[in-house]
Amino acid sequence: MGSREQNTDNKSRGTDFSGQAVATRDAYGTALLELGRRNERVVVLDADLSGSTKTAKFAKAFPKRFFNMGIAEQDLVGTAGGLALTGKIPFASTFAVFETGRAWEQVRQTLCYSDLNVKLVATHAGITVGEDGASHQALEDIALMRVIPNMTVIVPADGFETQQVIDKVADYGHPVYVRLGRAKVPAVMPPDYKFQIGKAHTFNLGIDVNIIATGVMVSEALKARDILLREGIDAGVINMATIKPLDTDAVLEAARKAKLIITAEEHSIIGGLGGAIAEFLSEAHPVPVRRIGTEDVFGCSGAPGELLKLFGLTAEDITKAVKGFFQERTESLAYKNFASQ
Amino acid sequence: MAAVTQSRSIDFLTQQAKRVRVEILKMLTEAGSGHTGGSLSAVDIATALYFYKMKHRPREPEWPERDRFILSKGHAAPLLYTILALTGYFNESLLTGLRKIGCPLQGHPSSKLLQGVEVSTGSLGQGLSIANGIALGLKLDKNPARVYCLLGDGETQEGQVWEAAMSAGHYMLDNLCAIVDANELQIDGRCADVMKIEPIAGKWKAFNWHVFEIDGHNMEEIVNVLDEAEKLKGKPSLILAKTVKSKGVSFFEGKAEYHGITPTKDELEKALEELGVHGE
Ligand SMILES: Cc1ncc(C[n+]2csc(CCOP(=O)(O)OP(=O)(O)O)c2C)c(N)n1
Ligand SMILES: [Mg+2]
Repeated sequence: MGSREQNTDNKSRGTDFSGQAVATRDAYGTALLELGRRNERVVVLDADLSGSTKTAKFAKAFPKRFFNMGIAEQDLVGTAGGLALTGKIPFASTFAVFETGRAWEQVRQTLCYSDLNVKLVATHAGITVGEDGASHQALEDIALMRVIPNMTVIVPADGFETQQVIDKVADYGHPVYVRLGRAKVPAVMPPDYKFQIGKAHTFNLGIDVNIIATGVMVSEALKARDILLREGIDAGVINMATIKPLDTDAVLEAARKAKLIITAEEHSIIGGLGGAIAEFLSEAHPVPVRRIGTEDVFGCSGAPGELLKLFGLTAEDITKAVKGFFQERTESLAYKNFASQ
Repeated sequence: MAAVTQSRSIDFLTQQAKRVRVEILKMLTEAGSGHTGGSLSAVDIATALYFYKMKHRPREPEWPERDRFILSKGHAAPLLYTILALTGYFNESLLTGLRKIGCPLQGHPSSKLLQGVEVSTGSLGQGLSIANGIALGLKLDKNPARVYCLLGDGETQEGQVWEAAMSAGHYMLDNLCAIVDANELQIDGRCADVMKIEPIAGKWKAFNWHVFEIDGHNMEEIVNVLDEAEKLKGKPSLILAKTVKSKGVSFFEGKAEYHGITPTKDELEKALEELGVHGE
């Protein structure tokens, strides 16, 4: 019990990423190392990418509890499942494309069907992988993981949140998918923030639009909110770090309060956060929803920042969608008034 | 007679391999990211294939009787791009756009964007199954073309490689030749330390392949083995090519860290000097 409290207390941690702009994978590397010091049951597996996923830090400190599986992601996931059956807490890492794609059925059959205590912490998710291009840019991993029963899906927005997510999922005895990025991201979560699985963080609620974002898009949503406020549109922002189970209370409150819901994610608009929210709201409380994400396309090579622009994943794209919605509405209202005269 | 022509062609091929190395290094330096080590280790093999062995028409990339090349280790894209440019599939000037927005030269090869690329690769372990499928299809069509597939040694840790090894043996795909670029390194270090793959030759033999072991930087050996493999009937051929990662740049050679690091401008200068070319 004592150690559990320790896990969630920011002050007792060696490193504190609050307020720091870091890549979420870097925060993972540090959090995993510190978790490994506190908890001997933690074991780590990787598939020849430990330098990139940052599990190398853990590997160096605890070589006996680290297993490099080579370039064999299906074996990586299956072996993690076996380790969980002996009471270990396995963290298995590789790039998101390979972890959720190549090993999808091992995740479904071995981990989720048997409800095994394995943490899949994948890095290099999304378009910000950059120059490696489409083959390495996972834009469908949230969808792939979300659809499997017993799976929990978490996308931290910054280093501070990542560090708390890693601690929390270690104490949660079920399969979890944590989606991390390659590129450095700004700090967005307040210093007193406490992550809880399944709980959204509402920065504020607006009466015109509420933007529900995840991952790197939380910082873009906050920027968009400020631009919109200056233009007289009252906008709110919610960080939906846990995509499954979805915090339906938070979504419902946001939808009841405003005229429009925007979802924003570094993922396909099919099946991810936008999909989850549209599914829920269409039944529970139908309101207009606009999804910001990649369209039904593959990514491409380029610098991460340029790619966010090219694929429409910036604050400007969010504000454009919001303004477009209100413009359409005004126009259609004007038309209705005209037609009914 | 044959010996004379061959010794001439060996010199020619060695010259071409040097040109290929130079262009790879230049394009990687310009791009600032990409895979140096695994592109350089396979230069001599790929050069022998495209400049000597394979029947192909750069001006007619869809020619039905062309021999096919599948780059299963898709991260060696700079090697494939350089060879395709130097053999005339597209203009060399494209090479400077590697990994930049709008350029068809993606970080890993995309067949939808670039002529001469048979199929998109980049996720390791998938190429040999594709090569098998092509080999089966060609046989159905009584098409005499051959299929070549280049794999990394680390790549052979993927289970799919062995599923494909089994089916190629089972279907006796003698129109297929797979080449393992055995540079003994992968990303996290030596294959022997990360996940042992030895004995490589014995594994493929057990799956009913004919296995050749060669020095993957000896042009004469490469040429001879490619000729021999073509004559072999009833079995697929596996060329186990012993190579050195980053071959040609002494200060990168055999170092795991140069898997995915590109040369600085200074390193490029030094490398070009070693290759006997002086930077402009
Ligand atoms: C399925 C898959 N897993 C992981 C990677 C990441 N990756 C790219 S190259 C590489 C190492 C490849 O080693 P090897 O096959 O020996 O290639 P070479 O030494 O010739 O570069 C890895 C793990 C990938 N591209 N695909
Ligand atoms: Mg290798």
